[in-house]
Amino acid sequence: MLRIHCPVCGLRDETEFTYGGDATMRRPDMTESDPKAWVDYVFIRDNPRGPHKEYWHHVTGCRQWLIVKRDTLTHEISGSYLAREVADLADEVAA
Amino acid sequence: MTARRLPSGGRIDRSRTIRVQFDGRSFVAHPGDTLASALLAGGQTLLARSFKYHRPRGLMAAGVEEPHALVHLRDGNRHEPNAQATMVEAFDGLKSTSQNAWPSLQFDVGAVNGLMSRFFGAGFYYKTFIGPLKGTGFWMFWERLIRRAAGMGRATTLDDPDHYEKINAFCDVLIAGTGPAGLAAALAAGRKGENVILVEQDHVLGGSLLNEQAGAPSDTWLSHAEAELRDLPNVRILSRTTAFGAYDTEVFGLVERFQDHVRAPEAGKPRQRYWLVRTKRAILATGAIERPMVFAGNDVPGVMLASAVRKYLNRYAVLAGKNVVVATNNDSAYTPALELAKAGAKVVICDLRRNIPAGLADSVKKAAIDLRLGQAVLKAEGGKSVRGTYIVPVDSNGRATAKGTRVICDLVAVSGGWAPALHLWSQRFGKPQYHASLDAFLPPAEKGAFLCVGSLAGAASLQEALSQGHAAGGSIGREPSLSGPDDFWGRDLMPVTVITKADGSTPGKAFVDFQHDVKLADVDQAYLEGYVSVEHLKRYTTSGMAADQGKTSNLNALARMATLRGMEIPSVGTTTFRPPYTPVAIGAIVGHDHGLYFRPTRLSTIHDWHKENAAEMIEAGAWLRPWYYPAKGENIRGAYIREAAHVREHVGIVDVSTLGKIAAQGPDTAEFLNRMYANGFKTLEIGRLRYGVMLREDGFIMDDGATARLGQNDYFMSTTTANAAKVLAMAEHLLQTAWRDLKVHVTTVTDQWAAIAIAGPKSRDLLTAVTKADLSKETLPNNHLAYVLVADVPCRLHRMSYSGELAYELYIPAKSGRKVWEALVAAGAPFNLKPYGTEAMGALRIEKGHVAGAEIEGRTTMKDLGLEAFASSKKPFVGSVLRKRPVLEDPKRPSLVGLEIIGNTGAKAGSLLFSLNGPTKGHGEGWVSSTTYSPALKKNIALALLARGPARIGETIQVVDFLGSQTLQAKVVSHHFFDPEGHRQNG
Ligand SMILES: [Zn+2]
Repeated sequence: MLRIHCPVCGLRDETEFTYGGDATMRRPDMTESDPKAWVDYVFIRDNPRGPHKEYWHHVTGCRQWLIVKRDTLTHEISGSYLAREVADLADEVAA
Repeated sequence: MTARRLPSGGRIDRSRTIRVQFDGRSFVAHPGDTLASALLAGGQTLLARSFKYHRPRGLMAAGVEEPHALVHLRDGNRHEPNAQATMVEAFDGLKSTSQNAWPSLQFDVGAVNGLMSRFFGAGFYYKTFIGPLKGTGFWMFWERLIRRAAGMGRATTLDDPDHYEKINAFCDVLIAGTGPAGLAAALAAGRKGENVILVEQDHVLGGSLLNEQAGAPSDTWLSHAEAELRDLPNVRILSRTTAFGAYDTEVFGLVERFQDHVRAPEAGKPRQRYWLVRTKRAILATGAIERPMVFAGNDVPGVMLASAVRKYLNRYAVLAGKNVVVATNNDSAYTPALELAKAGAKVVICDLRRNIPAGLADSVKKAAIDLRLGQAVLKAEGGKSVRGTYIVPVDSNGRATAKGTRVICDLVAVSGGWAPALHLWSQRFGKPQYHASLDAFLPPAEKGAFLCVGSLAGAASLQEALSQGHAAGGSIGREPSLSGPDDFWGRDLMPVTVITKADGSTPGKAFVDFQHDVKLADVDQAYLEGYVSVEHLKRYTTSGMAADQGKTSNLNALARMATLRGMEIPSVGTTTFRPPYTPVAIGAIVGHDHGLYFRPTRLSTIHDWHKENAAEMIEAGAWLRPWYYPAKGENIRGAYIREAAHVREHVGIVDVSTLGKIAAQGPDTAEFLNRMYANGFKTLEIGRLRYGVMLREDGFIMDDGATARLGQNDYFMSTTTANAAKVLAMAEHLLQTAWRDLKVHVTTVTDQWAAIAIAGPKSRDLLTAVTKADLSKETLPNNHLAYVLVADVPCRLHRMSYSGELAYELYIPAKSGRKVWEALVAAGAPFNLKPYGTEAMGALRIEKGHVAGAEIEGRTTMKDLGLEAFASSKKPFVGSVLRKRPVLEDPKRPSLVGLEIIGNTGAKAGSLLFSLNGPTKGHGEGWVSSTTYSPALKKNIALALLARGPARIGETIQVVDFLGSQTLQAKVVSHHFFDPEGHRQNG
């Protein structure tokens, strides 16, 4: 089990969260009409071995979506942020 | 083997005598004994039959590493398989039986498995499932026979009468193990004021100190240390508890065998407790496990680990044999050898080494022990008990160099070195480091928040273990000081554990993995067949894959493979360990979370009324909902048909409190809804409702429901019962990430509102009578809402129909749900009001052709379900691009139709559809999604998804239920079975 630091609630058990996948994916603009952009956003993911930025939803806590920096190899968590406070989802949370 | 209890000594309570049973025979024991020590004291040396070959097996160890002595415990509904006799505390009336033997342990028919050896050798499973025998039926034929012959204990099929608890705990430091290192660490950390959880699998503290002779100098220190720890309020001591799992972020799983040492748990007490401990740091003091040697007959009862022989002698006062051959490659076996001699045994030591420290040589000489240097046991002889050994001079590779001598004995005490018990460390961090001088894998002393101390860290003396523990705990207070025997196994160890003839073979079966019956020859065969990596070796031979996870076998298998490949052990590598360290009962992990307690049950605030009025309830996700209200003697079919017909003729009410409800508020809510739903929401006026369809990002339908606009910036969304959580999570995700420009807040208000649907031609009359409000068609048309009072409760009335009748939904502050329901029931008598359940609700919506969860099941698009008209072409929305993927636009996709079943039997949901004259094979051209008897149409109808469905209206097709072997015929019709123009609901 992981324990994840929620900026609102503090250090909490993984069981309070749901996983939300790669947090570096940038959702295309609503007006984007090219299916390829949407296919990339919805289906195409890297499977990195090592540092990863990912969404976790504090479902049974404050209901905030977090961006968590987790190493997929060691499970080490090196930072967590409120998604709504990260200026640019793709770039801001430095690796 | 002629074991016996000594007249004095040991750490057992001789003032009390208890009795334990094994295979119906009664044995005398004392509190402090294990089942194993009691059986050994009573001369029972045959305890088990081996996994594959049904060879006689006795005790090899005295602790957690015991591979042979697995027994059944207790009987009836407390029957328990695969208990290690060495880990079972003896209690009066303890019943145990042998397992994996038939008809008896003594005369086991399965021993002929020796003849079936070819099926049981290495790679059997590989060859059967992926090799040339794959698909030949070979496995089918042999499976039953093999499963019966090869196996462990049998579990009971009866319900477990005991209960189990889960405990969440937090601490500053978790210490696993209460040997000298663990206790020293706990003392220092405890004195420092840290919150300590100290875990010991034994029922007493002390670890290896308990293997010293009773009255040893360490006993005084031990009792003082324990007293000091018990006085510290910040130290929690958990004995009979195993730290079985080390998980990420310093989380540990423990299992406390709280009431396993009594016949049945005392009233109100749990049998076991599962602890989930979150700690800031961990100190592992889990000790080391002695390593057996590999030679022919090394599994014969009477071949034991030297440390186990010592433990039986000093802790339980059981002398395991009179004539003992001690076989070693290191110093640590000399202490037991000397103690055995002192206790009256005749001892021969054969040591692989040509030189040993002078001090040791002196002491064995004084004790009149026959010391044979440069020699090893090539073979242990005997069937159900060891009768002798064949001892040979060996070279530096463990190969015999000359003829040997036969030595008569009844006990062989073996030490092939030691393996630090690094399982918890490895679970967390993976591969440890090989130390050539110790011929062992060790964890680094420090990694992350883990410190390893004592024998686990290769401590060379008792004093070093204490010092390491003291330092790990924080060096508070005086460092403990104790002297122990100078017999460190790692000092001059000769790293050879496999003893063979000059040609490298063994004169008989020599076991590497005892619990899975993996022989040295199996490792050799794996090598010959190319399975040389450790991971392949493990899976091909199944070495290390038994319940003991290879506690005594891993290193010897590795060592053999390293020799065959001409490599060093580090180049061959090692496997990693997984939780649990020792088996954990499923009951302990489940705790109370089973049956009705698996998760919370959600109840509407009207629930009690339903129960009082004899409703049959049905689970809907976590909710319980009224399914139908049977009249006397009525079954479900009779009830739902009556209820549905009643709604179309009079008026009915149904509890719809379980619908998901979301308050969406803020200046940009209209834009938010416009993006979330496929249809337009910007034009929705205050006081109006709109049905909406919502897609996933991939273009498939996610959910549908009505949204009400309550105020300028205030909207009330409803979702289906099943998808409420999913819709809210997606809304939150979009608003907190991609749509942060929108000023919108979403909050679940499902639990804040009870909801009742009122449907039927008399619904307006009833509501007018109850509310005294003007609810005329002109004042409150369809898709409008009004604020009303019912029984003085302010409610919101939505005019909206799901049944196709004139209908309303009443939203009530949750706490007043029942009050309003009862007010409706009371006022409903003149209108012949009746409650109805979900089954009738389903019948009504199928008649009307409305889709529900059986159609919105994650694989259907708006086009598939005939909802295309709701999709706005003027704006983008979630899924609007991907729903247009060519594959989803294919007209051959199954699409929604109605079916009128021909004949008097209804179709089963899930039935497959085939054309009338085609073959009924494969997956068909579609499937039945929802099915009901329609009281309005007086026939069996169904909703179905059929390839090119709308183009096939009028066609007759076959409806096949392969599970029930039912084939029907049906006419394809429009899914709007009833009142397609909507006159009734708009009236
Ligand atoms: Zn939180």
